[in-house]
Amino acid sequence: MSDTTVTMNRITEDLTGRFKAGSPDRPREDLMYVIVPQKEAVAAVTHLKTYWDFSHLVFFTAIDIIERGLFRLCYMLHSYSHGTDVCVQADISRDAPSMESIHTLWAAASTYERELKEMFGIDFPGCPRVDEPFALEGWAELPPMRRDFDTREYSERTYFPRPGRGKHDRKEIMKRALYPEVDV
Amino acid sequence: MSDTVNANPPHGGLLRARPADGKAPKRIFDPDRSLFPEHRDGRPAIDLQSGKFLKLWQGPQHPGITGNMSLELTVSGDEVVECRTHVGYLHRGFEKLMERRLYIQNFPLVCRICVPEPDFNEYLYAACVEDLAGIQVPEKAGWLRVLTLEMARLTSFLMWIGGQAGSLGMATVGQWTVTHRDFMLDLFEELSGGRIYHMYIIPGGVRADLPEGWSTHLEEVLTQVEKLLGEIDLVMLNNAIIKSRLKGLGVITPDMVDHYGITGPNARGSGVARDIRKDHPYLGYDRLDFHIITEDEGDAFARLRVRLREMEQSVDLIRQIMARIPAGGDFHHPLPNVLHWRIPPGQAWRRAECTRGEYGFMVVSDGTDKPRRVYVRGPSYTHAMAVMEDLAVNVNIADTAALMVSLHTYPPEVER
Repeated sequence: MSDTTVTMNRITEDLTGRFKAGSPDRPREDLMYVIVPQKEAVAAVTHLKTYWDFSHLVFFTAIDIIERGLFRLCYMLHSYSHGTDVCVQADISRDAPSMESIHTLWAAASTYERELKEMFGIDFPGCPRVDEPFALEGWAELPPMRRDFDTREYSERTYFPRPGRGKHDRKEIMKRALYPEVDV
Repeated sequence: MSDTVNANPPHGGLLRARPADGKAPKRIFDPDRSLFPEHRDGRPAIDLQSGKFLKLWQGPQHPGITGNMSLELTVSGDEVVECRTHVGYLHRGFEKLMERRLYIQNFPLVCRICVPEPDFNEYLYAACVEDLAGIQVPEKAGWLRVLTLEMARLTSFLMWIGGQAGSLGMATVGQWTVTHRDFMLDLFEELSGGRIYHMYIIPGGVRADLPEGWSTHLEEVLTQVEKLLGEIDLVMLNNAIIKSRLKGLGVITPDMVDHYGITGPNARGSGVARDIRKDHPYLGYDRLDFHIITEDEGDAFARLRVRLREMEQSVDLIRQIMARIPAGGDFHHPLPNVLHWRIPPGQAWRRAECTRGEYGFMVVSDGTDKPRRVYVRGPSYTHAMAVMEDLAVNVNIADTAALMVSLHTYPPEVER
């Protein structure tokens, strides 16, 4: 058994014992996805950072699992000393979603939280500038990365029809080119 | 650490004049902050009504900005006291679009996330899909992939170094590098049919084998680029104006690296010897001979030196790869009917070392023919936002463009 596998086994035991982590998904030797309860997620991330030397926050994002009414938060952490990745995942409700902030752990975390607030509508109370717009300005619709945000309906309502924009139906164009005298 | 060496350019001895106490050398625009502005809780007390501060927008339409983003600068005199990065001018919702398209339909889409080096997106997306679908890529395809990735690195750095020179008023270097980048793009066109977006790396391998006579063209271009790099070394690294403006500008200290999530040349310019190609070798990098290039100063000049050395290294790597590509063999693993291709449920995460640092893709599949979620981790996410906002403080307005370019940021990977 390699050193990496031994380390990952020990991390799994530690997370299960301390933070009630579920059975991990380990698609590669150096990569693990582990689901922890929402209340334990930030504690687990802090523990991995301070005790297991997962000093690098690779990214922090969410997956919308609309059919189960939840968002799955993904904290991807990397340890340079072990050469491994652990993705701590936590399920939170889609109704009034809110999560503890990790902006005190990494300087870059507040940007991720600001984006999650805008794109998924997940609130992070206490995170600096979390209410400032990230990529969108004056957005009053449903957060756009949610699965139930209808992109087509939005764009048709917002951008179509407008002057100078027409339909380009190939059949219609060919008819007009070949038989201009016939009413299309 | 035997893999770690300090870049040592031929004229480097002259550039290392630093005070004995180890502090960065005093810069010609070093501000005296003892009296003004007043600081409260460690931050300058900004009162726009006082008339002593001014809002200045750099971008989104500005020659000194890297792509479609803008810096909202609060300036006092000609120095920045606060910087806010604004993105979204190019927002196309790539991640959202990918959730609504078939796996194969996402191919022409992912390359557009980063214009100067689309190949990293193609490789990472393909690698994630292959992980989920359990596809093994033929050996030859792996070497052709690493070849295009290194060519993309060199091409992107050529564009970058022109930008860095241009931000300091040295437009000649920009003209040289744009020309040589075009020579590289000619090679891409010959190989893949596309100059900017190649769509060459697809799931299962690559689209085509090397065309006949292509390797001769490649060697001709590499010889020209090598000569150019020597000239850039002479005119940029030994230029008194560039030295005086870049030395001490935007200093990244090693303790900032993990806190901000800094990767790539920005971290290596601070003496942090990390490179995914070495630490987690992918494709054929474990069979190539190269070392991690670092500098200790952490300022914009150190980053310039790291990148210039990495360009030279990239030329060498391309030659090594060409010597290792097998002459025969498959370059693509057959796929099922891609229009009805259902990927087994699961999640895949892949990373690669692009010119700016750690680039990664996470693809989550729910067993249907479209991805449930695709997440793109670009290094500019932190470099352009948190790092830039903090490093810009106390910088002269004229130097913000140089600082921004020295962090090598691309906005599309921030807003995705």
